Amino acid sequence: MGEPGRKTEIGSGRQGDAEVRAARRPASRGLFRPVVIAVPYLWLVGLFLVPFLIVIKISLSQTAVAMPPYRPTFGDPSTWWSALQQLSFDNYLWIAGDELYFNAYVLSLAIAAASTLLTLLIAYPLAYGMSKAPPAWRTTLLMLVILPFWTSFLIRVYAWIAILKPEGLLNQLLMSIGVIHDPLVILNTPVAIFIGIVYSYLPFMTLPIYAGLDRMDHSLIEAAADLGSPPLKAFWTITFPLSLRGVVAGCFLVFIPAAGEFVIPDLLGGSRTLMIGKTVWLEFFTNRDWPVASAVAVVLVAILVVPIVIFQRQQARAG
Amino acid sequence: MTGRISKFNVVSLVFGFAFLYLPILTLVVYSFNASKLVTVWAGFSTVWYRELWHNRGLMEAAWVTLRVGLLSASVATLLGTMAAIALSRYRRFFGRTLMTGMVYAPLVMPEVITGLSLLLFFVAIDMDRGFWTVTLAHISFTMCFVTVVVQSRLLTFDRSLEDAAMDLGATPTVTLFQVTLPLIWPAVAAGWMLAFTLSLDDLVIASFTTGPGATTLPMKIYSQVRLGVTPEINAVCTILIAIVATGVVVTTLLNKRRLVRQARDERLAAGA
Repeated sequence: MGEPGRKTEIGSGRQGDAEVRAARRPASRGLFRPVVIAVPYLWLVGLFLVPFLIVIKISLSQTAVAMPPYRPTFGDPSTWWSALQQLSFDNYLWIAGDELYFNAYVLSLAIAAASTLLTLLIAYPLAYGMSKAPPAWRTTLLMLVILPFWTSFLIRVYAWIAILKPEGLLNQLLMSIGVIHDPLVILNTPVAIFIGIVYSYLPFMTLPIYAGLDRMDHSLIEAAADLGSPPLKAFWTITFPLSLRGVVAGCFLVFIPAAGEFVIPDLLGGSRTLMIGKTVWLEFFTNRDWPVASAVAVVLVAILVVPIVIFQRQQARAG
Repeated sequence: MTGRISKFNVVSLVFGFAFLYLPILTLVVYSFNASKLVTVWAGFSTVWYRELWHNRGLMEAAWVTLRVGLLSASVATLLGTMAAIALSRYRRFFGRTLMTGMVYAPLVMPEVITGLSLLLFFVAIDMDRGFWTVTLAHISFTMCFVTVVVQSRLLTFDRSLEDAAMDLGATPTVTLFQVTLPLIWPAVAAGWMLAFTLSLDDLVIASFTTGPGATTLPMKIYSQVRLGVTPEINAVCTILIAIVATGVVVTTLLNKRRLVRQARDERLAAGA
């Protein structure tokens, strides 16, 4: 709460000024402001906040009670106390007691972290190359990065199946040039998940880094060179620190969704690599255990809430 | 500085773009394969595209997806633009921090969680699942993307134009339609397109919130992909890629033309 308040005072005196003037105008007492704020606000409360509270509530209820057709117990305040008494932490104890869930959480975070790093290693040189390209090319290069981002996630993951299969295109290529004699087993292993995540999330990492590098004042590098700094040292002491904000934003944009990813581990990772997004899906669709699925989801959000809040703060500050 | 480009940069660009485009390219190429085996080339053919036309399940799913996309993108653009105006124009109102949180959290929230929470919500309010629940779900998660796109435009926008209009007696509504919207419409249009493609692509949230008779195209593709790679799916994917690519290229070119014209007008104005 303190962050935006402080910002108003320091950063946007002009805006505060405009608001004072707006308040004096008779027209602003109309419906415009309340409508523009309330409509999206109520929508988000109704279809984002309330659903999430329901997930928490169901994660605390008994399996038998909450199984479909499960009965909602809202509305009548006299039932609230008895409903409160029915709440239990059984589902959480169940999750804590079963190694399967613990392993799935750890594996998801580890895979997300490792693939975030790999994405950074590919995205940074790409973004750097784009920022150094002749200005006439830049719009085209930028469009080429954005284009896959608009293309269906599912399709892009699907494209890799045909490439990574034992009889797939990669193995055909490697065997025909004689690098290997037996096909590599990549599909249905964690390696395929890494490839899938890096590939799918590459634009999310490249764009914020490019935005940072593009804004950079290039005379700083020239000054460093004039003062005798070797290019590599100039990069590490000037360019990289200045692009750090884009790097951090990109890392969050990759890490958080990747940790809860479902499509990639499901299609490329096979059944032995169980990530947490897939666990939620299986609990829900295969086991039909809604309370446990909800509890798994709540724990995942609890784990991700720290990176999510940091990401939000950073975005709010940038805005 | 910008005239020449080092070898290292060329290599990273070539490698990066090859990585981004080769998989899509192979998918497109093999959609024109005559063989039923996706990884064995047997000559050029458009047989899978003709086959597609007669696949009623896929056609119906495509129609559902299109309707959900058009409707949800339009409502999401309306709500998202309002949220963007609220967040960028009003610095102080009750629960502003909560609203900021509710706009940014869905951007990174894992889809399984968004899907699960919306489904449990629809069950709790006893709403029949189908076309409308998928549409509502898509509005909710895509409007946040619209907000971010429109908000970034509103923040770089010269507010003195709005102030001038209002000082001259225009009401906020008139100012919005006469001054603000004409200037930010490219961002609003980009937001609509983003919302539309996100809706078109979504598998996870739609799978959770759907009901009988509302199978979307990604759900159909997913269920067939699980059974194996088929050239028919390659053909569907190629059509989708072509639609999206055309949209993105046309918008980029239009935007570029607009920027060039704007720069020219500014030069003329400065010259005069």
